[in-house]
Amino acid sequence: MGEWSALAISQGVRDGELKAVEIAEETLSRIETNDPLLHAFLHVSPELALKRAAELDERIAKGEDPGRLSGVPVALKDNLCTRDMPTTAASAILDGWIPPYDATVVSRLKESGAVIIGKTNMDEFAMGSSTENSAFGATRNPHDPARVPGGSSGGSAVAVAASLVPLALGSDTGGSIRQPAALCGVVGMKPTYGMVSRYGLIAFASSLDQIGPFAATVADAAVLLEVIAGHDGYDSTSLDRQPPSLLDQLDRGVDGLKVGVVSELLEGADPAVAVQVRLAAETLANAGALVEDTSIPVLTYSLPAYYLLAPAEASSNLARYDGVRYGLRVDAPDVESMNSRTREKGFGAEVKRRIMLGTYALSAGYYDAFYLQAQKVRTLVINGFSAAYESYDLLLSPTSPTTAFPLGSRLADPLSMYLSDICTIPSNLAGHPAMSIPFGTDDDGLPVGVQLMAPALGEAVMVRAAAVLEAAESHLSGQQRRDEDEQ
Amino acid sequence: MSSLDTEPPSASEQISVEEVIHVAKLARLQLSEEEVKTFTDQLASVLRYASQVAALDTATVEPTAHPMAMVNVFREDLPRPGLNREEVLDQAPAVEGAFFKVPRIVGEE
Repeated sequence: MGEWSALAISQGVRDGELKAVEIAEETLSRIETNDPLLHAFLHVSPELALKRAAELDERIAKGEDPGRLSGVPVALKDNLCTRDMPTTAASAILDGWIPPYDATVVSRLKESGAVIIGKTNMDEFAMGSSTENSAFGATRNPHDPARVPGGSSGGSAVAVAASLVPLALGSDTGGSIRQPAALCGVVGMKPTYGMVSRYGLIAFASSLDQIGPFAATVADAAVLLEVIAGHDGYDSTSLDRQPPSLLDQLDRGVDGLKVGVVSELLEGADPAVAVQVRLAAETLANAGALVEDTSIPVLTYSLPAYYLLAPAEASSNLARYDGVRYGLRVDAPDVESMNSRTREKGFGAEVKRRIMLGTYALSAGYYDAFYLQAQKVRTLVINGFSAAYESYDLLLSPTSPTTAFPLGSRLADPLSMYLSDICTIPSNLAGHPAMSIPFGTDDDGLPVGVQLMAPALGEAVMVRAAAVLEAAESHLSGQQRRDEDEQ
Repeated sequence: MSSLDTEPPSASEQISVEEVIHVAKLARLQLSEEEVKTFTDQLASVLRYASQVAALDTATVEPTAHPMAMVNVFREDLPRPGLNREEVLDQAPAVEGAFFKVPRIVGEE
């Protein structure tokens, strides 16, 4: 098997040098070998994938061009609706549910020739930072199976990190793409809010949720975002504009760009992570960017505001799981008991905790002090970013304050888990794009991710800097390997 | 349930067991006794942390409900195909004819 990248596979399949069926078989074989340990997937569809790949090969033999992702295997986070596969959001309350429609991103993948391989594990309803809150068991980090992959899109991050698939989709409400990307050593991008349609994404916190790509390279992430982005009439929050052109930006470099390193987000980071962020800053400076430290004090209030706003929206969104139209029902003599018993049995501990938090923050007597105040802090966070972006094109920070932590180590204390998202949440509150790029490792060889943040619709500039860091990272990793060999 | 207009609970204040039971009822969650106990401690801890938002002066700040400045999005009110009824009902826990079936809602008397 040649290069395992989406761009190389698609090129080979379109040129007739590779068969989509062989790629699908290779993917299924990798999953069969590695997934019993990793548990990245909740559902794999070998028959559908092979049938679909065979159809693509036939079309290419007839001279047709199925699209930019021809024959590329893609894994989907299990909160993306698929009409031919179960969709559970890793919750017992949706166990076995088969949606009657495809999410818009799924339709767009199919229209571009991609082969959907299966559905990936996640924290239940995307609530968590370790993929341990899945009703169907945890996912393991391929760099150290005793550690978490991060979350909530941990399955998608692992599927790419372990080279099971070249591409995967996740969703990011407070860091759920970027944090697992960092902990697994892959590229993960949260686009500008509204850039990608949320139609068919199982809602967690609707004003924060955004779908985005996982890939091993910046170029692969860019092509996947180009394919799924763009206006959709089925999502009223979808931005009415052309999808961004990213691939043609990757070799433009960062000469003359201004980059601010956000001190508030660097403060709490482990020394091993902070060192890599400093190295990334140097790398951008050496490539011609003007890099300096900057301060956005209000960002320290992002996490407390988020843990009022996101649970509030979740408590409303998850009211729909009532045992009536789909999913689990626990029978009872009256409707209210049926609702309460169904939800008690169907939801896991973290989901209940967030519903309780959100219901409390919205309840009479607490609304002004908690929910409304958090919405005002959200405004202040947006203002803080706006002021920074008057001076800088991009901001740089750690993606996560730590590298991958041991399974089970943060489960007993919800607040310690929530702190995993301290660097990623600000961009969700603002609706801005941000991405994590692998940049070296800690002393144990665990991947470190650095985060690039940009103002709304700043994806094109963001991927230019990401490409510079990526080029330096492969060099840096090689240097590290040589250093280790000499020791 | 104590009423608070602008002052959040102080760091020493705890959410009570009664409040947890009340909120669970509002949220249609029939929590076990063990869960009530655990959530009482955990919610207090998270709420103490979240109370930091009170430290910022927001007297003149407008709240943000949505990150993008968007106005109402309108479309022509034209009929278009909806979801396939059989496929939808096929996924329901209980149906009768073309309807979702639920336990009795209205009392017997």
